[in-house]
Amino acid sequence: MDYLKVFITKSRIKSPWLLHFDCGSCNGCDIEVLACLTPVYDIERFGIINVGNPKHADLFLVTGTVNHRNKKVLANLVAQMPDPKVVVALGSCGLTGGVFREAYNVIGGVDKVVPVDVYVPGCPPKPEAIIDGVVTGLEKFARKKDDRP
Amino acid sequence: MKEKVISVTPETVVSQTLDMKKKGYRLVTLSCVELDADTLDILYHFDKDLDLMHLRLTAPKNKAVPSISSVYFASFLVENEIQDQFGIRFEGLVLDYDRTLYLEEEVRDAPCCRIAVSEEEKNKGE
Amino acid sequence: MARTIIPFGPQHPVFPEPLHLKLVLEDEIVKEVVPALGFVHRGLERLVEIRDFHQMIQICERVCGICSTVHAQCYCQGIEELMGVEVPDRAKFLRVIWGEISRIQSHLLWLGLFADAFGFESLFMQCWRIRERIMDINEATGGNRVIVSVNVIGGVRRDLDPDMTRWTLTQLDLVEKEVRQLEKVLLDDYTVRKRTVGKGVLTRDQALELGAAGPTLRGSGVAQDMRQLGYAAYGELSYEPVTAGDGDAYSRNRVRFLETYQAVELVREAISKLPSGEINVKVKGKPEGEVVTRVEQPRGEVMYYIKGNGSKNLDRLRIRTPTFANIPPLLSMLPGMELADVPVITLSIDPCISCTER
Repeated sequence: MDYLKVFITKSRIKSPWLLHFDCGSCNGCDIEVLACLTPVYDIERFGIINVGNPKHADLFLVTGTVNHRNKKVLANLVAQMPDPKVVVALGSCGLTGGVFREAYNVIGGVDKVVPVDVYVPGCPPKPEAIIDGVVTGLEKFARKKDDRP
Repeated sequence: MKEKVISVTPETVVSQTLDMKKKGYRLVTLSCVELDADTLDILYHFDKDLDLMHLRLTAPKNKAVPSISSVYFASFLVENEIQDQFGIRFEGLVLDYDRTLYLEEEVRDAPCCRIAVSEEEKNKGE
Repeated sequence: MARTIIPFGPQHPVFPEPLHLKLVLEDEIVKEVVPALGFVHRGLERLVEIRDFHQMIQICERVCGICSTVHAQCYCQGIEELMGVEVPDRAKFLRVIWGEISRIQSHLLWLGLFADAFGFESLFMQCWRIRERIMDINEATGGNRVIVSVNVIGGVRRDLDPDMTRWTLTQLDLVEKEVRQLEKVLLDDYTVRKRTVGKGVLTRDQALELGAAGPTLRGSGVAQDMRQLGYAAYGELSYEPVTAGDGDAYSRNRVRFLETYQAVELVREAISKLPSGEINVKVKGKPEGEVVTRVEQPRGEVMYYIKGNGSKNLDRLRIRTPTFANIPPLLSMLPGMELADVPVITLSIDPCISCTER
């Protein structure tokens, strides 16, 4: 069975599927995430596919501040993703709350609710930085143990 | 404001907006401004062929004001928003979110969502 | 058949943003829609209590990342009116140039997402490929791809030199050429027409009564556009609003598509008439009084109500964004439609949820 496990882990790193969730962002980061998927940057050439279903996803890209309403959605989505998983927080808002950190409905960065593996700064981060963040996430991904039997 | 402003009272606001609607005005939005601890200003902005016109309603916070959502359906969203942020109640809303349009339990009790006040209270608690 | 309630969102592949609609269905037909908001609500209007009126420009730019330039422009225009600041002519023209570039960017983005909503993925990719040229213009002229922070109170922060305007014009020529190649597909293709014609009809009277704004209003045949007010330099440029008469998703698509050409034309005209001189003036004093100011965003009319009290912090900032105005019309478009058409119709108003909830 060990050979099979090694095979699965290896192929997962070669073709990770990502889920993107806008968690109260201003759209700036979201359109940059989408720009990564479109012809000029085209991360699909690395085998990365954007999926809509958390149960299909290996990588989770979160943009924006966490507020009191979407924290439940965020925690729910992360819980639905199968292990091993990597959470990438994008943009100043996803890191700390950014310019909105003092606003009354803002809790702060994504790490206030779910554990974050990679932080990508920028307002918004450029597509190159996002791709770099995803690649860093994949390195972490390789080290994460698969807990499934 | 350089545009025309008409003062209205809670009794006349609905008939006045009905009047505006008959004249062919489009509702732009409502704005709510806190004047002091007890009173609010609610401004109703209307537009007709790019000309703006405003109604100004000065109301105490603790008393409900009549909703204009029966005249302009579009006002229900902004009236719910004002309910959320300022705590004033609108009577006769066609779709009442009961102060849950934006806010969850945790922040609903912040007095009119004021940042300065809620920070003061946080410091008091520590 | 019994009524079924289907939750649509908040995390839905069609929307880049969390919007939640509770759809009450009978068989496949939508009977009633209740929107649920608040997933992006930050409460940034209240940040005026702790940030001064200059710092608020950065907050206003982040109301929405797609139309940030226009938000900042509207805010600056309001404060300038309160303080009686006269903006230099060159700055007015530069504001138009950056505003229209962001309109091309936003419309191409929307055309792509709209194509994606009815499953036309190659069209989505094409629109976004063209859009990257606009992002390059943004980066070259403003220093950032998305949030182009050029507006300050009293003018603009950056200038365009002749080399840069020449390069911008050649890039825009390419954009126009490439957009023209898409015209046949976006306006005449069988698939596009099949999915959009007659879907989500909003009549002229409904649009006015429900307070629709922007392309949603113009798609219902009402020629109203805030640019007719002649703010910034629009008064000196030739501008006629684009309208389409049927009020369905196709008409709104048509309006936005034709506005892309118009925006390119406006940038060309503004560059050709660009006067020389200062780009900003020094601002003294503090804002005091009330003002309502409106500009045309890519999505429609945006209104800022600003109340200053003579100190560095404003008393109140209220932002009414176009999507906020377009949600009630959306609620009247959906009933009677099939469930499968809901994504297309919802996208046809160009929803921007971070604008709506601020």
